[in-house]
Amino acid sequence: MAYMHIGKNFVPPDVNGKVTGRIKYAEDYSREGMVYARLLTSPIPHARVVNIDASEALAMDGVFGVLTADDVYPDGEPQGTGLKVLTNEPTLVGEPILAVAAIDEKTAETAITKITVTFERLPFVLDPLDSLAEGGADAYTGGNTYVFRQGFAEEKWSQDQVASFRAGNEPTAEPQQTFAYGDLDAALAASAFVYEGTFTTAGYPHQSMEPRSAMAYWENGKLYLHGTSQSLSALADGMASIVGVPQEDFVFINEATGGGFGQRARANSIPSMAIPAKMSQKINRPVMMRITRDEETAIGGARQGFQGWIKVGFKADGTMAAADLYIVSDNGGKGGGGDAYSAADGISVLYQTEAVRFRGTSIGSNTGHRGAQRGPGQNQIAAIISPILDKAAEELGVDRMKIREINTPQTGDVGGAQRQPFTSAYMPEAFKIASEKFNYAERITRSRQRNGSKVTGIGIGQGYHNAGRSGMDGIVRLTADGRLKVHNGVGNLGTYSYASTSRAAAEVLQMPWERVDVVTGRTDRNLPITSPQDGSNSIFTNTRTNYGAAMDLLGKMKEIAAMELGGDAADYDIGDERVFKSSDKNAGMTFAQIAQKGIELGGKFTGESDLPEELNDFTKISVTRLAGDSLMGIFHDPKHNDNPPGFTVTFTEIEMDVETGKYDIVDMVTVGDCGTVVHPQGLKNQLVGGAVWGIGLAGYERHLYDPQNGLPASTGYWQSKIPTMMDTPAKIQTGWVDLPDPENPVGARGIGEPAMGAVAAAVASAISDSLDGHLFNSAPVTADMIINHVAGVTSDAVPLAQNNFRG
Amino acid sequence: MNLNLTRRRFIKGVIASGAAATTTGVWVAANGAARPAGAVERMIRINVNGQVRTVDVAPQETLASTLRYKLGLTGTKLGCNRGECGACTVLVDDVPSYACSVLTHSVKNGRIETVEGLESADGTLHPVQQAFVEELSPQCGYCTPGQIMAAVGLLRENPNPTREEARMGLSGNICRCGSYDSYLDGVMRAAQIG
Ligand code: FES
Ligand code: FES
Repeated sequence: MAYMHIGKNFVPPDVNGKVTGRIKYAEDYSREGMVYARLLTSPIPHARVVNIDASEALAMDGVFGVLTADDVYPDGEPQGTGLKVLTNEPTLVGEPILAVAAIDEKTAETAITKITVTFERLPFVLDPLDSLAEGGADAYTGGNTYVFRQGFAEEKWSQDQVASFRAGNEPTAEPQQTFAYGDLDAALAASAFVYEGTFTTAGYPHQSMEPRSAMAYWENGKLYLHGTSQSLSALADGMASIVGVPQEDFVFINEATGGGFGQRARANSIPSMAIPAKMSQKINRPVMMRITRDEETAIGGARQGFQGWIKVGFKADGTMAAADLYIVSDNGGKGGGGDAYSAADGISVLYQTEAVRFRGTSIGSNTGHRGAQRGPGQNQIAAIISPILDKAAEELGVDRMKIREINTPQTGDVGGAQRQPFTSAYMPEAFKIASEKFNYAERITRSRQRNGSKVTGIGIGQGYHNAGRSGMDGIVRLTADGRLKVHNGVGNLGTYSYASTSRAAAEVLQMPWERVDVVTGRTDRNLPITSPQDGSNSIFTNTRTNYGAAMDLLGKMKEIAAMELGGDAADYDIGDERVFKSSDKNAGMTFAQIAQKGIELGGKFTGESDLPEELNDFTKISVTRLAGDSLMGIFHDPKHNDNPPGFTVTFTEIEMDVETGKYDIVDMVTVGDCGTVVHPQGLKNQLVGGAVWGIGLAGYERHLYDPQNGLPASTGYWQSKIPTMMDTPAKIQTGWVDLPDPENPVGARGIGEPAMGAVAAAVASAISDSLDGHLFNSAPVTADMIINHVAGVTSDAVPLAQNNFRG
Repeated sequence: MNLNLTRRRFIKGVIASGAAATTTGVWVAANGAARPAGAVERMIRINVNGQVRTVDVAPQETLASTLRYKLGLTGTKLGCNRGECGACTVLVDDVPSYACSVLTHSVKNGRIETVEGLESADGTLHPVQQAFVEELSPQCGYCTPGQIMAAVGLLRENPNPTREEARMGLSGNICRCGSYDSYLDGVMRAAQIG
């Protein structure tokens, strides 16, 4: 289909501000009379605050107030997992206990040194398996796990059960959660090759570049909060209730966000922004709270680590017949995350496994709080399963690409625990494009070739994430000057989807891009609600809403033309910013004239009546405020059918130095299947950005804690190393399938998360290949692990250790 | 980028000023209120983006603090405030330097350039900025000013770098969005635009 905007590059409105430094992040704002908040955070991993004496601090010159959990939660802290705004029951080092506001940060820091907090130390635990073992400490008060709707509970295995698991055996304890389909025993019996073993994947922090600083003030009963988020209106919706302010009286200002990878999608994963809001309310001054890198690392979220056992069976032709997983996932200090379930679900989707059983148990540790991080679950397991596929290929004498192609999902297939059909799936096409670009047939002959200390490794990986939601709202407006305003509640986290999804509306109305204004950045610009921007859903979800709103507007425009010029709305067409009779191009009105007429008519044309019944409350507030002064298109998106997947395929070649355990990624090709491509440059950025994350997961990223005192040893970038330019290829080749998905009006589905999983899988596969197919069963595989393996040295680390060094 | 040099200079400067070096990234250096005895001249003139500005600078104040909080030049970002990320990169006498790890007093005779100084008066973007727009190099944009200043410094020294040289030149700048490939595309295009 020939599109005007879809599939074309454009200059997003905010990119100029990004290259000139003019665009503002939360901490770039200031306000007359602004004072500064600093945090006192927990110095110990698990405690109860017995007493706070702030009298000396409060008596200091320049100190305006102290905010504690008692101020925030006068009726007591909510009982459940999840970060609190402030807490009297810290379960991780670095959790905010109180805030002090002062004339400047030095004074606030000095005041904090004068506050005496009396803590009652409680037992702490860093490794979920230590907590599971009978007699082990619990991370939370009241247990080591949280059961939905029931509260905290204690989950214990016998010491022998834990020891047996650590020794490499299948866990025998009852799991908390399970799903299964197919006849697992029969599938294993029919398998020609069965692999069984234990594995670990590490937890590590999100580390967005912009710390979660925030500034707040109150004016005329309204709260203005400058913050950071990856979903603008969805986060604002939740933040209003955390602060306890009616949505109508809350203005969330967030022009730009310095990176969001899961932990800025929802208000409850970034409740610290309520601190300046509450403090400002208490002391009646604007309050800026700058967050340091240490603080960001502590409360900025972390990926769930896995301690798992896996058994996979393959038929003689390479078909994956059975996958059996048992995963203990690390809920960290604040719980959260369904990574383990998603991991098993992801295997079922990506390899079309005939029989799957998943068993999982989530256990807390007094470490960084957990929650969704880019491809939660699917991406950890991608790095574990890929080398196992290679092992099966080797044992069965099947080509390594072939074993993946045999199992790959395609349109018409179902996948996952729910056995849901895909809206479309073009993985075979992705394999073809990627393997040709990589020149797989020739490259694979170099596998394991040695030159001095360097060995070539070839890797292949696949990524998947469910990539689309529905049920949200859209608002577009045509103003009296004939300009199109697309109100977009999508956050500006670096994907440019706030702009690219707006182009679906421009497409419907055939509007030149320079005649379109994307209205976003702060909620008092009257935005529609959208889904939290996690789960790679924005492009699917918000092209649907913007397209729908534009269709509503278009219908109204034609109706007005028919009222003015005669005939039926159906007799009219559009082009060149005019509505005209299909039979006579000259009989028509300009968009500006149509808008003016619509404003004159009012009622349903201007959002004053006949709103869609199911419109969300958040959107209703915006529509009500906008009603009357423009011609409006308003839309509530019904639910879509089936599972819109995002898929990726990656091929890579590495050169492993077996003397140092370091490797260079010589080449990488990564190809996405995300339906129709809406914005090629944006897609390329997601693919290369995801690649960097995948390289981090496979080879570098992990956080570490001191086992004696429970203190974090990783409090910034260099101790939990994220890949730099020197760790990533000098060039990453990208590509895409670009075939439409039928459940989306412009054919699009998401890509951000699978872009990482495929690369993690490919790098893990290449590392294994360069070492004669050795299975580390670990993510990351670090240089020390590689040289230990090459040297035949057995690590003395505790097997399956979590939040600590591993073998 | 000579990180060792800027880091060493920073530490020497801290010792000279009698202030305590903070390794925790706490923002105390931003405040002008402290006035340690053993006076260093506080009202100093610094040359920023070709303009000489008079500013009250505390002895232990970092260049990033002065730029952001005294001069309102918030284009220079702070990702870590302790020399780990490069978000604060500015040019000091053409050399890319971490502004969070340079004391303002130590560069008062230097020529400081920030991202705000690159555009020409008529609004024409610097070739690096223009190339970064065309390649859509930034994602979230938080590391972008630092990447741009590192690229400008590199291209002044080496106007036609190979991709590998560009990679080395920008390797002191972390990007959590992982936009490295697009930044390198941007630098190579900027070299062409010249
Ligand atoms: S802010 Fe200066 S290096 Fe990170
Ligand atoms: S573009 Fe987001 S950190 Fe670089």
